[in-house]
Amino acid sequence: MSSNATSAHESGGFSRVASGDLDTTHGVVLYLEDISVSFDGFKALNKLTLSIDSGELRCVIGPNGAGKTTMMDVITGKTRPDEGTVFFGQTIDLAKMSEAEISTAGVGRKFQKPTIFEQHSVFENLELSMKADKRVRKTLFSKLRSEQRDRIADTLGLIRLKENSDQIAGFLSHGQKQWLEIGMLLMQEPRLLLLDEPVAGMSDEETERTGELFQSLAGKHSLVVVEHDMAFIEKIARKITVLHEGSVLAEGSMSQVQNDPKVIEVYLGR
Amino acid sequence: MAGGISRRLYGPRGWAILALCSIAIFVVMPLLNLAVPAHSPFHVSAYWVTLFGKIMCYAIVAVALDLVWGYAGILSLGHGLFFALGGYAFGMYLMRQIGSDGQYRQPMPDFMVFLDWKEFPWQWWNSDSFLWCAMLVVVVPGLLAYVFGYFAFRSRVKGVYLSIITQALTFAAMLLFFRNATGFGGNNGFTDFRRILDIPIATPQTRMALFAITGATLIGTLLLARWLTTSRFGRVLAAIRDAEQRVMFCGYDTVHYKLFVWTLSAVICGIAGALYVPQVGIINPGEMSPANSIEIAIWVAVGGRGTLVGPILGAGLVNGAKSFFTQAFPEYWLFALGLIFILVTLFLPHGVMGLLKKRA
Repeated sequence: MSSNATSAHESGGFSRVASGDLDTTHGVVLYLEDISVSFDGFKALNKLTLSIDSGELRCVIGPNGAGKTTMMDVITGKTRPDEGTVFFGQTIDLAKMSEAEISTAGVGRKFQKPTIFEQHSVFENLELSMKADKRVRKTLFSKLRSEQRDRIADTLGLIRLKENSDQIAGFLSHGQKQWLEIGMLLMQEPRLLLLDEPVAGMSDEETERTGELFQSLAGKHSLVVVEHDMAFIEKIARKITVLHEGSVLAEGSMSQVQNDPKVIEVYLGR
Repeated sequence: MAGGISRRLYGPRGWAILALCSIAIFVVMPLLNLAVPAHSPFHVSAYWVTLFGKIMCYAIVAVALDLVWGYAGILSLGHGLFFALGGYAFGMYLMRQIGSDGQYRQPMPDFMVFLDWKEFPWQWWNSDSFLWCAMLVVVVPGLLAYVFGYFAFRSRVKGVYLSIITQALTFAAMLLFFRNATGFGGNNGFTDFRRILDIPIATPQTRMALFAITGATLIGTLLLARWLTTSRFGRVLAAIRDAEQRVMFCGYDTVHYKLFVWTLSAVICGIAGALYVPQVGIINPGEMSPANSIEIAIWVAVGGRGTLVGPILGAGLVNGAKSFFTQAFPEYWLFALGLIFILVTLFLPHGVMGLLKKRA
């Protein structure tokens, strides 16, 4: 099962033994191949091919309309690709699954605009997102076990909302909401986290802490971060993918990408 | 609203109020109606027993609508249909119980004799069985709601669109039931009931028994709904109302959640309808009119969405006002209803319960 010499990894990739039933034999947690999506003739994604290694922290950048959010929609089942395949691990074809199934399989997603349950308490937000049997029959009778309470408490500590546990989530500050949403993702124990502009609206200090958090998560989880904040990207990025007009324009380390003439052209040329 | 959702059924004060209401329904009302002689000023007449019984049926429907609207955010403007279907299902049994005591002294219901039908159409199969009809009361609204909900929720129809479709559904059913050929008495519906379980239906004792059963059903419905909404299931429902997409991305199949509460709500309405018909003594397609279903939503809005108790108060207040107006100023009732709705929407977004909470 271990992904040893058989496959050549990118330098940033952590090859790890797959836990649970996700088969990452070849060290790849997510593989998009030739994905195309068009809306009313506009090609949001154009034969996009991208692979994320297990345990990797990947940053995705690109100008507006490059297809970053659409890519996340395709991975999470919100949008069906017109063509192409989306594989999670070696065996799970995400293009055939519903949002809920994809989430259960181990993909967590943070939206651009923080999406939390505004009328529920912070604690309840984490409780509802916790990894558990989420069928109707089970939730009717489910009670929190003590180790589950501990997990929620741990996450509250991690996202620094311990004091706010009983507060209604809608009253949190914008940055706190972002953190809560990240906490909700962690409660799902996902293998792959998709984070759409996670530090938007955060203070410098919060941004700093978020960067540290992401770096500590990489390895155990795989992360895909879409961000506009280049200072943030520079701090956390190991490998960057630049999207442009729905396909990959460049890929590599920060300096490689920054010096790529095609990237310079797209970012500065107009 | 449902923020910081409570996890326990009720606190000491809640249980105390519930106990007082139970005493009023199961002890005080029967005593005042049956034991106190008719000439005494404390006597409660059959009129009031029937009126309160009817309002309690409405209150059950209001709680059922609150489950789907107040908690899951699904505004149904067709709940009157499920209520009427339960009423018709049980009405069939009541029609069979008339036996040969109808106007035509024939073993078949009067409208069938009038239409010169020689045998019962298929819908009436086994309708002389109490248990069979009681089962239909639950199954017919439940099945219709399940099938409708399955397609609507799977296709992700929601918001105003869903509300409009439910209006269309109840309207279509009303037109269907207006036809004589449908086999349910056309525009006259069912009436003239004589017996229930072979017991005469119009005696004070039968009336009081129906009243008490309705009261028990209302309390049972309230407790069931409260239990549901304080469970994790209830918190998922409220989350669907506020951010359905996030719920899906948390790994919940929201279609199943909505379908469960939607079907349950329809079944509760069917039971309320079945309790309503023997007390009021008539069921006709008018119960399926779109306006009726809108009125149910008004009861819930007046009482306060997402509070369960509020809709019971709302059903009581609006129907109390309705009985008063339709006797004192019959032509102004609809204006008054519209005015109530506008005032509540403008000044009491959380209904009467919001007002009570603010005071407390």
